[in-house]
Amino acid sequence: MSTYELTMPVSDSDIKKLKIGDVIFLNGTIVTGRDDCHHRVVKQGKEFPVDIKGKAIFHAGPIMKKNDDGTYTVVSVGPTTSMRMESCEAEFLKETGVKIIIGKGGMGPKTTKGCVDSCAVHTIFPGGCAVIAAKEVEKVSGVEWLDLGMPEAAWIMEAKKFGPLIVSIDSYGNNLIDENKKTFNERKAPVVSDISAKLDFLE
Amino acid sequence: MDNKEQLISLLSAFICHASSHLPDDVLKRLGEMREIEKEGFAATIYEAMFENMKLADELKRPSCQDTGVLQFFVKAGTKFPYLDDLADVLREATIKATKEAPLRHNAVEVFEEKNTGNNVGHRIPWIDWEIVPGSSDVEIYLYMAGGGCSLPGFSKVLMPLEGYEGIIKAVFDQMTSYGVNACPPCLVGIGIAGSAEVAAKLSKKALLRPVGSHNPNPRAKMMEEEIENGLNKIGLGPGGLGGKLSVMGVNIEQAARHPATLAVGMNTACWAHRRAGIKISSDLSYDLFTHKGVTL
Ligand code: SF4
Repeated sequence: MSTYELTMPVSDSDIKKLKIGDVIFLNGTIVTGRDDCHHRVVKQGKEFPVDIKGKAIFHAGPIMKKNDDGTYTVVSVGPTTSMRMESCEAEFLKETGVKIIIGKGGMGPKTTKGCVDSCAVHTIFPGGCAVIAAKEVEKVSGVEWLDLGMPEAAWIMEAKKFGPLIVSIDSYGNNLIDENKKTFNERKAPVVSDISAKLDFLE
Repeated sequence: MDNKEQLISLLSAFICHASSHLPDDVLKRLGEMREIEKEGFAATIYEAMFENMKLADELKRPSCQDTGVLQFFVKAGTKFPYLDDLADVLREATIKATKEAPLRHNAVEVFEEKNTGNNVGHRIPWIDWEIVPGSSDVEIYLYMAGGGCSLPGFSKVLMPLEGYEGIIKAVFDQMTSYGVNACPPCLVGIGIAGSAEVAAKLSKKALLRPVGSHNPNPRAKMMEEEIENGLNKIGLGPGGLGGKLSVMGVNIEQAARHPATLAVGMNTACWAHRRAGIKISSDLSYDLFTHKGVTL
């Protein structure tokens, strides 16, 4: 397990260094995008309005505050459940050339293959720690697709030492949460039968 | 300020406070769990969680960006003088708090598929009413139902011969498949009843009970403890990244069932379990009983 600080745009060789369980901190442009952004790009064939080649897509719906001069400040921004984007993420990686996915929880086999094919990684930011994340954003430099509403819009943020991001899918097809789930399921069977034996309440 | 406006301001402040502060029982349990989770990613994540709570308090910001869909569970005394206004007050307080906290805009109208932008929509904030005969007080629980922690929720009707084992299996399957997305360690609420909606509603009411409290029925208490210990043996850890524990606790609520059905409902509250309870008297004095010592 290693720790890296990366500055975007990142190259394929940066991505290839990363293995599941590594921790990274990111400098540079991070753009939010969740259900609706993925839907527009993958299902409706629209072009993502920000060039995120070599950069990071953050599965997050922030709380933003509009300042008097029309700019925005991020109040609170943390990861949302990445699994919701499973059906679209592989295509999204291919379409946009984005290299780092940030979210929470794992993603499935389709995204794992997408990360191999597009040389990308999925990473996990600690869930519910949205004020820490907001403090690591230096500036909100713009917003696109605001018609989707505050949580679904594509917010463009400049971040400094954004992390800790735990690599959960690497570009070699390894999937940390999937491995964990296998362990959880193995432990589950004996526990369930043990408890069930104690609950024969029917008369 | 007339009394209605005073109530709106009080409840708006209540919502704002709840969005950035966890209740006492949850804080206590998380502190205990942190002492056990000293290794690997678990230690890193607990450190981040506590740092985040500190920052949320200092900066007066919502601790999680997902401030949820607002749900209110009201125990309404029939003699509370402002009962006629209360539903309206809760809607107005939601709009006010959305600007002041600020809260994320989380009410999307079904069919129009448009975000209303103020957290108020058709039947939202959700208000659940319980009548308390003769009382002149009102007790209001706020629950901020986030997306990730609402995702593992389900209810289904089993056949009685599937037994309580069927409930155990359903709960464990859900926790190992969706639990990791609900920002564990979760509090697990389980409802057992005769039909799907009663079980579902009770599972949410179970989440309003303090962490560490138990169902007064000895069998229900035993089941709470067994499920809690069993889930902890699986070791989801914080964020599903593995650890020694999985949950903050398990709360069960029940209603008598039909002889031919055994329904189970489940809801999870994430570690950022933003539940708050306030008791308001007829003179508008109040007690924020989930967050002791706090003045709004
Ligand atoms: S599950 Fe809870 S802590 Fe995690 S993002 Fe959702 S509301 Fe926040």
